[in-house]
Order: sequence, then structure tokens, then C-alpha cells
Amino acid sequence: MPSTPTPLTQGLPSAWSAIGVAVALAIYPLLMSVAGQDFYIGLGSRVLILALAASALNLVLGYGGMISLGHAAFLGIGGYTVALLAQGGSAPAWLAMPLAVIAAAAGAALIGAVSLRTRGVYFIMITLAFAQIFYYLAVSLRGLGGDDGLPMLARVELPGLSLGDDIGFYYFVLALAGLAFMLLYRLAASRFGRALVAIRENEQRMAAIGYPVYRLKLAAFTLSGGLAGLAGALLANLSLGVTPHLLTWHQSGILIVMVILGGSGYFWGGLTGAAIYMLLEESISTHTEHWNLWLGALLLFIVLVAPEGIMSLRRKPAKAERA
Amino acid sequence: MHHMKKIALGCAMLLAAGVVPAADALKIGMMTTLSGPASGLGIDIRDGFDLAVKHLGGKLGGLPTEVITADDAQNPDTAKQITERFLKKDKIDIATGVVFSNIMLAVAPAFIGAETFYISANAGPSQLAGEGCSPYFFNVAWQNDNLHEAMGKRVQDQGIKSVALLAPNYPAGKDALTGFKRFYKGDIADEIYSKLGQLDYSAEIAQIRAAGADAVYIFLPGGMGINFIKQYAQSGMMKKVPIFAPGFSGDEDVVKAVGPAMEGLYNTTHWYREMDNPANKRFVADFEKETGRLPTLYASQGYDAALLIDAAVKAVGGKVDDKAALRKAFETVKAPSVRGEYRLGNNHYPIQPYYLRQVVKNADGSVSNKFVAKVMDAHVDAYAKDCKM
Amino acid sequence: MLYLLLEQGLNGLQYGLMLFLLAAGLTLVFGIMDVINLAHGSLYMIGAFLAAAFYQHLENYLAALLLAILATALIGALLEQTLYRRLQKMSHLSQVLATFALILIANESVKIIFGAQPLMLPVPEMLYGPIELVEDELYYPRFRMLIIVVGVLVALGLYLLVNRTRIGMWMRAGASNPGMAAVMGVRIQPLFTFVFALGAGLCALAGALLGPLLAVNVGMGESILIPAFEVIVIGGIGSMRGALVGSLLVGMIDTVGRVLLTLLLKAVSDPATANSVGPTLASMAVSLLMVAVLYFRPQGLFPARG
Repeated sequence: MPSTPTPLTQGLPSAWSAIGVAVALAIYPLLMSVAGQDFYIGLGSRVLILALAASALNLVLGYGGMISLGHAAFLGIGGYTVALLAQGGSAPAWLAMPLAVIAAAAGAALIGAVSLRTRGVYFIMITLAFAQIFYYLAVSLRGLGGDDGLPMLARVELPGLSLGDDIGFYYFVLALAGLAFMLLYRLAASRFGRALVAIRENEQRMAAIGYPVYRLKLAAFTLSGGLAGLAGALLANLSLGVTPHLLTWHQSGILIVMVILGGSGYFWGGLTGAAIYMLLEESISTHTEHWNLWLGALLLFIVLVAPEGIMSLRRKPAKAERA
Repeated sequence: MHHMKKIALGCAMLLAAGVVPAADALKIGMMTTLSGPASGLGIDIRDGFDLAVKHLGGKLGGLPTEVITADDAQNPDTAKQITERFLKKDKIDIATGVVFSNIMLAVAPAFIGAETFYISANAGPSQLAGEGCSPYFFNVAWQNDNLHEAMGKRVQDQGIKSVALLAPNYPAGKDALTGFKRFYKGDIADEIYSKLGQLDYSAEIAQIRAAGADAVYIFLPGGMGINFIKQYAQSGMMKKVPIFAPGFSGDEDVVKAVGPAMEGLYNTTHWYREMDNPANKRFVADFEKETGRLPTLYASQGYDAALLIDAAVKAVGGKVDDKAALRKAFETVKAPSVRGEYRLGNNHYPIQPYYLRQVVKNADGSVSNKFVAKVMDAHVDAYAKDCKM
Repeated sequence: MLYLLLEQGLNGLQYGLMLFLLAAGLTLVFGIMDVINLAHGSLYMIGAFLAAAFYQHLENYLAALLLAILATALIGALLEQTLYRRLQKMSHLSQVLATFALILIANESVKIIFGAQPLMLPVPEMLYGPIELVEDELYYPRFRMLIIVVGVLVALGLYLLVNRTRIGMWMRAGASNPGMAAVMGVRIQPLFTFVFALGAGLCALAGALLGPLLAVNVGMGESILIPAFEVIVIGGIGSMRGALVGSLLVGMIDTVGRVLLTLLLKAVSDPATANSVGPTLASMAVSLLMVAVLYFRPQGLFPARG
């Protein structure tokens, strides 16, 4: 099935919209704090972290056309790395966070090196297989806490910022996610990003032109894994611990759902999808025990109305004109 | 300056004297598993709790009570988020409901950190029973090892020479078997570990047969237990090598799902349906009337959790913000209960008797649990001695 | 020892054939309609619940099984007409999201209709208990024997259907080039409806046959969805032969591997290590097999196209 032709820079935000999003995210916790809604600050951190994870996946899935059903593995590697380092009490952020990213990127490089030999549904399933291997390791090994996972006594430590505090931690997340988004933006606009999109559209032609297709895909996969690892490390800090649930295929599936929901291959697709999914889940589940039914119905409705994701709705009129 | 100090001191003294106003309403946070394969367990805890609140006229401890229900979806991260909402947005007074220990461990630090009392209606992890016990954590069900210990003792007392053990390959499975072995001193014919969430147990059944044991003890929570028992019965092993199991694997939901094939299975519990006390009679009759289901262990535990909260809040005259007094009340109050008498030990876990049930065939061909014998009396869990608080 | 292995072989065969019933439908729908259907497991769940519900009223296993197959096939046909027909025109990604949504809807609907507690679906009286294959040494449950027989018959039937009948010819034509097939006079839409209903019916057959062996509860579809996908990926997506070989391979590795690995480890190390390392490795065995197969044959064992 051919995918819809897309301009190479599709979905890249203007500088102004990026600044707008950044400002809105920066004042959000202050507004919530003034309104006395502290709960929403923590929820905001969670949405940002999942947005980071979904955007990392979007790099390979949306831009590179590699549907990975194994990104939970990288979340898990990042999370377990931080939790292991913090077993003695707490760990310094400057050590723990980079190590989590490196460990996850290394894992992604290994998994990617093997998986990228396959395509399509085979790629989906081989990434899933690797994630399952990590899941069973985490569940079985006592050193990793088994089913109970690894609790953390305190969040990582950063001189000058109290990360135990909701607002402090939110800005820590925002700063790291912001850096990651800037990196992703530069990548998407770069030769590398364009080559990645071109490979998605026509891999054979890119190979014929002389692009090192396999190496480019592996680089994107490794980077994506590293950023997912960062999200996992942040999630472990937010939740004060990790459990094997972070490694389940369900978690990988939710990330894919977020990306598709937001719009795969759109720069803000990951952020939009994560925010909408989390808000739907949070708002419906407080009203009814049968929230899964309504969530399912809404997701189905969205697919039928906007099969290319929420972000594609903004482009619809332009497309119609062209046609 | 001096004056200010005096006022501050006065305030402190007033507080110390317990001049906390009585609350005018009580908010309970009921977070449990309401979706997914294990939703039946959470729904039973919730329905049991709700029934008790109804029996008490919508009031716990004399305060009009609002129960805020939430579904943890058996996901520790979701549970974490709900806990935040309970503590920061809903501002609940007391929390309860969690089924699974891994979820309990994920959320307990948040409740304890916020000095909010948690009354567990099922999860009883060892981590919160020994050194890690807490003034704010109470359990009205049992410590995770208890049902296994009780069965270990029973199998030992019955003089069974050799037992095969089966559990999923994860630490909780190994802990359960350790609990069994704490009281069973006979020969272990084989110790078999299966995959978590396994569907087909034919390989394990063959191993059990090959081991030549006199009995098999299983720790297979949820659907795994149902899968195993169905397949075991069909392999014709039930009569040759009987199954001994913890109470939740022989509970009404499992009996209903497996049917007559389940005849003969032994299981240990701290409560059984025919218990002869007025509270239990009313609970069993009304639970069936309200829900159309027979009550399970989980339902009884949810009901007892509500009764304990009711008694403790009543004892402090509704002053739920006086944490010290409320803690004392939880520790010492004699709450009525559907299981007869029980008391909470130094680590806030129950000290209570345990019983043996067996699934037997009724006159009409259906099967149900029948009380067999008392196995243990006033049993204290193995971790209580390490709890210093 | 020999009989233990022999029994495990039978078990692997039975589990494999069971997986085949699900994998066959999955691979047909993917191969012919080009739809990734995550909700395939939900149809299996619906089949099992319907069989259990019919059984409660009729107290006749065979009738319940046949009714469940019919009803589930009908549900499948309806779903194809209303939803999958539209999904077919969308990208694989949209299909993933839509069928994920269907899983949520199916699980919750089943919970609302049938309750959250597992249902009972017992083995019929005449098939209860084991047969003694070798005196005192080898017993095998009658019901599992039945599953093996049904599995073999279904595999044979599907082979004949695809390779020897007119519908089968259309199916093969539709799979290799739907546009061309339509031009050549194959009525492609009814064919799709038939294929989807067939897949759903096979799901229900699997659900009703496994109901007496496994817990019939909400979410049972997801626990078997992953093995079913593993099977068709190992075998080669769209290939019926691949689905059969993949099923038997996964079935064997999962059952026989579990026992053999621990036994082997016990021979070379102490029992405690064997008991903890063996099952851990065995849990991963099928995943490792899939990785190995795809490493050497990135299109599975029997690539269906190109």
C-alpha cells in the first residue's frame, strides 16, 4: 500500500509556533500553582515525558517509516539504569541521566543492527520480540526486583534545583525535553532528516543513488532509542521507581497509538498525541468504570475522521486546494 | 517577640491536647483493578466495601461518606497517577482497594509520605510487614505468605510425605513457595517454575506425574490458576495427586469458572462462606442479593476494611485529622468482622486463625467449598519481629 | 524419560495446531485483504464467551460450539461490511490504531455483558479424562486428542479450499493482485467478506475448543494474540503453509523446550540454578526463535510474495 506523498518538510513548525509552545509550557505550572491545582503539575510532567517518548518514536516511525513495537525496551533500559544507580539512596543527575541515555542508545544500536535487516510487519514483530526478551529478564531476575520492580527513595539530585518538588521537577523535565525537541527539530530539517523521509518514501531509489540506507536507519533508530531512554529515566524519577510494566508490549503499543493519534511524521505529532491520549484517559476514567469503552470509541472515531492523525487536520484545506 | 512565642506555644499545646475539629464528611479513595483480566477481583473488593457502607447507612464512623472509585488497570504507573489525584486534588482522608502487591509497593510511599492512612483490603507485601512497616499502613486481609504457610502446616500435619511445587518464575512465586516450605518439612519431589501468564500447562503436569509426589502445591494467581486446574483435572490427576492451593485459587470465582472438574481441591483461607456469625450471615445474603454473585475472599476483605474504618473513625469521634489518635484507634479498636475475631499485630497486619476448605460435590451435581478444619490459630507472620515502630 | 518426551511431543503438536487455527485466519486476512488486524484475538475471546453462554442455556457442547462459530462468523461479516472495508483503504498505521480501539471496545463490552468473572465451559462428559496410550506409562487427555484431530482436519480443509476450489482460486488471485482479479470478473468485495467471516469462524472454533482448557475471561484475546503473530511472522505472512509450520514450531519450542531446557541445565549445573535459569530462558525461547529466523530469513520461512 503506497503511503501518501508528502513534502519533505511537512509538519515542521515555524520558529514562532515553536516559541509559542515553549512559552505556554513554561508558564503552565505557574498558572496551576496559582490556581491551587498542584495535581496538574505532576500530570503535566507525565504528559511531557510521554510526549518525549512518543516524539522519539515518531523519529523512526513517522520520519523513517520503521514501525517499532519495541520502544518499551528503551524506556525500560533508561528507567532501570537510573533506578539501579539510585539504589544507594540517590544519584547525581549529571551522571544518572546521561548514563541512562547511553545505555538505551547502546541497546537500540544492538537491536537495530539485527532488526533493520527486516521490513514492514516483520520489523514490527522482531522489535516486539526483543522487547519481550527484556521484559522476561526484568520479571525473572531478583536483582531487578522481579514483578515488584525497583523502588527509588529519592529523585536524582541536581545542585540548585529541588527535584523532589513538583514545580522543580517539571522544569527539569521541560528543560531536558526541550533540548531533545530542539535536537529533533535540527535533525528533521537537516540533510539527515530529509534523507530519512526519502528512504521512507522510496528506499530502493535512495540506495541506488548511493545513500548508506542501512547506516542512516540505524543512526536514527539508535538516536530514537537514546531519547526514549531519557524519557524512561525521567518516568522512573517521576514515579520514584520502575516496574516491568514499563517493558510490556502494551506500553510500546500505547506509544504507537500516541504517535498515530497525533499524526505520524508531523513534528508536533508526538506531543499532540501524548497530550490528547493522557487527557482522554484521565478525564474519561474519572467518570466511568467503563472508560475503556469510551476511549476505544473515541479513538475509532478519530481514525475514521482523521486517518493521518490530529495534526493532519490543520493541513486539510491546503490539500483540498491543491487537488 | 516574646508575646508571639507565647501564642505559638499555646497553639502547639492546643494541638497536642487534640483539639482538632471533627470532620463533617469522610472521603475514601478506592483505587482497585476494574479493567483487564483481573478486574473480577477488584470489582469484588469494591462491591464488598460499598455494601458495608450501605449497611452502615452511607456513613462510616458517623460521618457521611463519599467513596471515590478509580481503576488502576493493573498498571503501577496509572496507579501512581491516581494516587497523586487522590492526595492532591480529591484530598481523600483514607485510602483502600489495591489488589496486587506490585501496585501496592509502587503507591505506598506516596500515601505514607502524605501521612494518609492506607487500609489494604488485599495486598500484603512482606516489604511493608517487616523493617519497612509504617504507622500509616494497615492490612485487614493477610500477609502474602500466610495462606501458603497455613497450607504448609496442614500438609505437614496430614503426614503427606512428598510434595511437588509449582509457581510462575518470578520472585513473588519463589517467595510463596518459601512460605509453604517454612512449615512443610517433608520431601520436595520437584520444584517447577512456569512462565508468567502461561496458557498451556501440559509440560508441567507431565513433570508432576513424573516426580511421583503424593500432592502438589500451586501458587498460580488469576487466570493461570484456572488454566492449570482445568488441564490438571482433565489429565485425570486430581484423584491421584491432589491439588493443595491458597484460598484465592479455590475461591468462588474459580469454582464457578472451572465447574465440577474442581472437585477435591484443598485450599486455605482466613474466611469461609458458612462462617457462623451474624455479621457474616448478613454480608453473604446481601452480597448475593445485590450483585447476583457469591462473595469471594476479596469481597469479604473489602467489607471488613470498611468495618475497620467505621470503628476507628467512630472511636476518635470523627476527628480524622488527629493522626495520632486515629492511628491508635486503628491499632486497638475491636472492629466487627465477617471472619469472626481478629486483631492487628505490631506491624499492622492481622493475627488470626486460618482454615482448610475443600471443593466438594453437592447433591444437585454442582460443586462448592466446604469448611474442613481449622489449621492455625492466632498466626503471626514471619516479618512482624523485624518491625520497629 | 522417553514417554515424558513423547507426551511433550503430543502436547507441542496440540498447542501448535491450536495456534494454527488463529494464525490461519490472521494470515488470510493479512495476505488477502492487506489488513493488520490486532482485534483478531478479540474475535477469539468473543467466540469463547459465546460458546460458554450458549452452553449455559443448551447444556450441549457440540451445539454451543457450532452456534458460536456461526454467530462469530456473522459478527465478522458485519465488521467487515461496516468497518474493515473502510480500514482497508487506509494505511497500516491507521489499521493498527483502529483495531487497537476495537480491542478496548470488545473487552469492555464483554465485561458489561457477561460480567468480569471468568465463565465456565466444561469438557463434554464423553471426552473427559485421559486415554491410556501405553499401559501405566503414557496417558493423554481425550479432549486434547480431539483438538489434535480437529486441527489436522482444519489444516487439510483449508489446504483443499485454497488450492482445489473456485473460491480458493479467487482468494489466491485476490491475494496476488486484487485489481486485476476484479477486472477478470472476481467479485472482490463478497470475497473479502467471506475471508473475514472465515477467519472469525476459525477464531470461534479455537475459542470454543480452548475454553475447556483455558480461563474464559476478559483479555484472553491479548494473551494469545502475540503467539499468533509470532507464528505468522516466523512462517511468512500470507502463507498458509508458513502458518502451519510456524504454529508447529512455536508449539513444540514452547512446550518441549520448557522441559528440555531445565532438564539439560540440571545435567550440567546444580538444581537451584537450573530451576531459575531454565524457565527464564524458556520464557524467551519463542522470542529468540523469532529473532533467529528473521535474522537469516527476513521474510519468514515461506515468503508469500516475491
